[in-house]
Amino acid sequence: MSITSPEKYWWKPADLQEKVWITIAILWCLVLSVMMPLWHIIGTQNPSLEPMKIRTDDYRAVSDAFIEKYKVGEESGIPVVEPPANSDVYLRAQMWNWTPILKLKKGVNYKFHISSTDLMHGFSLMPIVMNFQIVPGHDNILNITPTEAGTFHILCNEFCGIGHHTMIGKIIVI
Amino acid sequence: MSNELEFRTCPITGKKVFKATQNLIWINAVTAVVFILIGGIMAFLIAMTRWPAVHLLPAEMFYRFLTAHGLNMLIFWIVFFEIAGLYFGASVLLNSRLAAPRVAWFAYILMLVGAILVNIMVFTGKATVMFSSYVPLKADPIYYLGIILFAVGALIGCGIFFGTLAVAKAEKTYEGSLPLVTFGLSAAAIIAVYTLACGAIIYIPTFLWSIGIIENLDGAMYRLIFWGLGHSSQQINVTAMVSIWYLLGALTVGATPVNEKVCRTAFVLYILFINLAAEHHLLTDPTLSPAHKIVNTSYMMYLAVLASMIHALAIPMAAEVAQRKKGFTKGMFEWLSKAPWGEPGFPAMIFSLIIFGFIGGITGVVYGTEQLSIKSHNTWALTGHFHGTVVGGTTLAFMGLTYYVIPLIFRRELIGKKWATAQPYIFAIGITLLAIGMGGAGTLGSPRRHWDVTFADAIIPFSFDPAVILFTTLAAIGALIAVTGGAIYVGVSVLSVFFGRKMAPNEAKIL
Ligand code: HEM
Ligand SMILES: [Cu+2]
Ligand SMILES: [Cu+2]
Repeated sequence: MSITSPEKYWWKPADLQEKVWITIAILWCLVLSVMMPLWHIIGTQNPSLEPMKIRTDDYRAVSDAFIEKYKVGEESGIPVVEPPANSDVYLRAQMWNWTPILKLKKGVNYKFHISSTDLMHGFSLMPIVMNFQIVPGHDNILNITPTEAGTFHILCNEFCGIGHHTMIGKIIVI
Repeated sequence: MSNELEFRTCPITGKKVFKATQNLIWINAVTAVVFILIGGIMAFLIAMTRWPAVHLLPAEMFYRFLTAHGLNMLIFWIVFFEIAGLYFGASVLLNSRLAAPRVAWFAYILMLVGAILVNIMVFTGKATVMFSSYVPLKADPIYYLGIILFAVGALIGCGIFFGTLAVAKAEKTYEGSLPLVTFGLSAAAIIAVYTLACGAIIYIPTFLWSIGIIENLDGAMYRLIFWGLGHSSQQINVTAMVSIWYLLGALTVGATPVNEKVCRTAFVLYILFINLAAEHHLLTDPTLSPAHKIVNTSYMMYLAVLASMIHALAIPMAAEVAQRKKGFTKGMFEWLSKAPWGEPGFPAMIFSLIIFGFIGGITGVVYGTEQLSIKSHNTWALTGHFHGTVVGGTTLAFMGLTYYVIPLIFRRELIGKKWATAQPYIFAIGITLLAIGMGGAGTLGSPRRHWDVTFADAIIPFSFDPAVILFTTLAAIGALIAVTGGAIYVGVSVLSVFFGRKMAPNEAKIL
């Protein structure tokens, strides 16, 4: 029994059923392992994420300048910004909003930056449900081309203090 | 303190049970049950808050109690029980005295003081940081100190386990190799040492940061090392749980592993490959490059999965062989239909295996791929995944084992055997519904750690697909059933341990 010491020579070959099962399991694990890099080559939905460090003060300054430059209005006290095609876009997570509200164009490529200036936040793009961990001091850089027009919302799905559940942002694609 | 060499012989298994070991198993297991009670009350309150129809607690209390739930369940309940399990595996199963019982008591006191400090900080609102306490979210320094004390205590507990293995070997209390259960627990203890080392590497600087000695801590670095602790500790749970499946198989149907080599090799795979999988917590982080993530998630992770696949065959196979030897040979499944379903240990083992494998395991492999991590990270689906692994799997296995530890080690007859038998069924149904509800809502985007999924106070109006609320309701119903199952567990075990009939020294009855 498994609570007593085994017989003296327990290093014995597995029997047929075990061998069959283990072989199937190994093959399946191999399939999964190969799929992982393969999907990066043939798949079309990979995160084009480039890791980069940035000081929180610098990020605040850069994103403020970005807002200043392309601001087109205001909604719920949050600036609305419409950046030109192919430009760098800066989204800032802070307690407890996503600044600014972005107006983007369908089919146009943007270099998206997301970072936080205080705590960790969770970027969760609704309704397509794409999630990224937002860490202060680090910039998530994503190459994004909106393929669909409409209004998208950003939830926060990392606990960031008492206002966490009120933290919602917006991206409008036209 | 009683004589370290005083022992009795178990009338059922013939094992020597040393008094000092028995007391230490008792205190650690009883303490574990106290923490599952606290965690369970929190579970009820937070589950009823997430259910929009009830929305029980105010936001501040919700986040506070959610922190308390995570810590009391995932850390204190599980680890105290595991320490009891380690002492059992080394001392009772090997017929050996426990190495240094006084030090083991010291370890226990460290863990207890740590756990109490943490709870005081959390319940007084000085550490509403969730169990992961991601910097730069700061808790009171006492909170980190409590965690450190607890971890040091647990590390000493592992030391006692290894010490006891050495004592047993030196005093030749067993012949040949370690029993499989002890071997599995050794794998768990080895992973535990690595894990607790990561804990020290991250919590000591965090403590220094909280009192102002260190000025800056990088959040991403914290996450990397924290998950070296947080993920590997789940592997301790998996490994301990699998060992307990073998143990329950032996206690309920007399299961003997068909091939020791296969089972043991699978445990070794856990030790070698499971730690590397820790990085799947960071698949959506802005720190690791895609190439790094691919390597890490592709081949490393699946070797640990392979180990689980092997156990998933070996355990039912051992039970089948044992049952067939007893004459249940009709057709494919008589061995299963004639299994002791009316005894708590067998259904606890089978449901634990099924929920762990089919709910926790499959979702784990799916969410651990880079592309799908993006779809699931920090959603409620993740919470659903680990309620499959650590609750439906580990917790249920521990619950099942408790009903045997009480008569075998504590020598008390169970009070409420019928309740004990129904308990695994109730708990398994509840957790299954809970996990499915969380998984469904999370797949549609419902965030974890969130007070109000109706977003009534949001700065920009937003509302979910109504299906999210439907799944959330399903989870809440599951939670009510699971909490009932948990309450029965606490009720039966506490009543039996304190008021159960004392069994005669030679009484050879388990249930
Ligand atoms: C009666 C059984 C249980 C119920 C009904 C339950 C319910 C819940 C609920 C509703 C949440 C909150 C999810 C959120 O808002 O994000 C949660 C979180 C959690 N639960 Fe449980 N739970 C139960 C048992 C357990 C057990 C036994 C464990 C561990 C062994 C556990 C570990 C956790 C952890 C680690 C979290 C995450 C906390 C966080 O996000 O910081 N639960 N549970
Ligand atoms: Cu946030
Ligand atoms: Cu948040």
